[in-house]
Amino acid sequence: MSWALKVDSVSKSFLRYRRESHRVLAWLGIRLGSVQQTQVLHDVTFALEPGEAVGLIGLNGAGKSTLLKIITGTLKPSAGQVAVNGRVAAILELGMGFNPELTGRQNVYHVAGLMGYAHAQIEGFIDEVHAFSELGDYFDQPVRVYSSGMQMRLAFSIATAERPEILIVDEALSVGDAYFQHKSFDRIRQFAREGTTLLLVSHDKQAIQSICTRAILLDHGRVAMEGAPDAVMDFYNAMLADHQDQQIAELPGHGGALLSGTGEATFTEAALHDARGQALEVVDVGQSVELRVSARCVAALPDLVLGFLIKDRYGQDVFGTNTRQLGQVRYEVPAGEALSWRFRFPANIGPGTYSITLALHSHAGHIERNYAWQERALMFEIVNRSQHEFSGVAWLKVESECETHHEC
Amino acid sequence: MNQQLGELWRARHFIRTSIRNEFVSRVVRSRLGFLWIVLYPLAQVAIYAFVLSIVMAAKLPGLTTAYAYPIYLTAGILAWSLFAEIVSRSLNLYIENGNLLKKVVFPKLALPAIMTGSALLNNLLLLAAVLVIFAFLGHLPGAAIVWLPILMALLLVLALGVGLLLGLLNVFIRDIGQIVSIVLQFGFWLTPIVYNLELLSERYRHLLYLNPLTGIVQGYQDVLLYRQAPDLGVLIYPATCAAVSVVLAVWVYRRGIDDVVDVL
Repeated sequence: MSWALKVDSVSKSFLRYRRESHRVLAWLGIRLGSVQQTQVLHDVTFALEPGEAVGLIGLNGAGKSTLLKIITGTLKPSAGQVAVNGRVAAILELGMGFNPELTGRQNVYHVAGLMGYAHAQIEGFIDEVHAFSELGDYFDQPVRVYSSGMQMRLAFSIATAERPEILIVDEALSVGDAYFQHKSFDRIRQFAREGTTLLLVSHDKQAIQSICTRAILLDHGRVAMEGAPDAVMDFYNAMLADHQDQQIAELPGHGGALLSGTGEATFTEAALHDARGQALEVVDVGQSVELRVSARCVAALPDLVLGFLIKDRYGQDVFGTNTRQLGQVRYEVPAGEALSWRFRFPANIGPGTYSITLALHSHAGHIERNYAWQERALMFEIVNRSQHEFSGVAWLKVESECETHHEC
Repeated sequence: MNQQLGELWRARHFIRTSIRNEFVSRVVRSRLGFLWIVLYPLAQVAIYAFVLSIVMAAKLPGLTTAYAYPIYLTAGILAWSLFAEIVSRSLNLYIENGNLLKKVVFPKLALPAIMTGSALLNNLLLLAAVLVIFAFLGHLPGAAIVWLPILMALLLVLALGVGLLLGLLNVFIRDIGQIVSIVLQFGFWLTPIVYNLELLSERYRHLLYLNPLTGIVQGYQDVLLYRQAPDLGVLIYPATCAAVSVVLAVWVYRRGIDDVVDVL
């Protein structure tokens, strides 16, 4: 069986000595003091076939970066081995090795030289790099005058100057403007069509689902699941939901940073559920969801209103309402009473991440008497699984038809 | 190790352009440019010559030229500045390039190679400036100068061995960097650069010969001031030290380089 990249029972542990001098003594075979071992990867095994596009996903701290460093070769595995068939190019962090005093052109020679290209090779592709990076006259100016976007464009152009057999892409691509993001993704797809094996590491579910033919889920340093992107993503979402539950349980003690107000009422729980009552973190466009909020009155209150506000990731208000607007104000609430609300609505909003801000306030409005105010009490993500592709923050269910008219 | 050296050879163009880049980027933004590289050590010579010539001038045995003491000083500082630059830059070589080591695959030996090349280039510029000044003073070293490259190579190997050994250890035990900076300060005065060993009593003279730089600096002085071949007997000890330090550095490098990336 042919393979482009084989990761064979790779484990990695970092040793922490009580004193670093003990590490030096350990080279001499002298063991002193206790050694703390942090195992980051446990027996990770997988193989990529030539031309395959595979997504690598996992929560923060699952060991993705360590695994990538081992595959690219900057870190050595503690056990197991990695075999590659062909040249590996990694876009882990763009802009490494730039010398700010040198011009863009000189930096191409410098950085490409660092990556192991020969001088003649660099001369062969430097015009291409110049064109792709769209730096124009800036190409012959020192990199220190570049904007970060320009540096990133140059770095990406160098990293992908020649088609590698294996391309490893980390989330580095999320930098830069939208135009160049598209351009770079087009180049990556182009490489994949020409036979490059792609390992894409991302939190971006859509990127994984749209490019990859297979996905690998890493959890606590182990391969938790391997298979079709959709199936793996569902599993990952469930894992995220578990993770989220934990956060909800911690919500009351969540700290003062997010929570403000008089404290006469407090939130005890907030969660998003689907129609069957399952906790949700990832929501399909148009899916029916239920927002459940529980609160407790600390002091007796003359009246109590609960409001919620959905914001997109830029902080724009997408939708907000409260129980006064809904005609459900509670009057004369005694101290110690626990309340819970349920709001059912279809998630007719566009793909992206959203936060929900919650507020408990008096009838007159949250400015006058604000009992509790929780920014980003909940986070959720909208993905488009079942609808036609569309753009924008709102989803308007469109039905279209097209007729042709014949002139007789 | 052979594989590492092969990688290094393949990266030679990169190393060469990096040395040039480093030089250019240092020179390009200051108006006096590369003069600074030469001016600093020469200023050192001027200061010591001014302060100490009254004490020392009469006491350099067997010399008639009026400039004997400044030339003596210059020879010592030429040697010392190469040693000090390599050692002090080696100390932070891996720490400064930590991010690069963690994220880019490249021949790791290129880092010391670039640093050495850059230090050597600076030192050669200083040497050129020094020879021009000596010519004005009417004191060119003559045929004995063929010994200078040999002395320089010996000094380089010693500096690299000591520097890389300490630089690697410094990644793990950061105190080493601080300690070595202080030791270098002492080292300057524990090497016969501004004074002459003849001035010291027998007992201290033997102690100073424990410093491997003593023999090399005396070699520089023999060549540049006395126009004679260095005393080879005095060089055996520095050569041994250089060999031992390189062997140690290679051993620590092979043991520790993977840990370096883990720790950085």
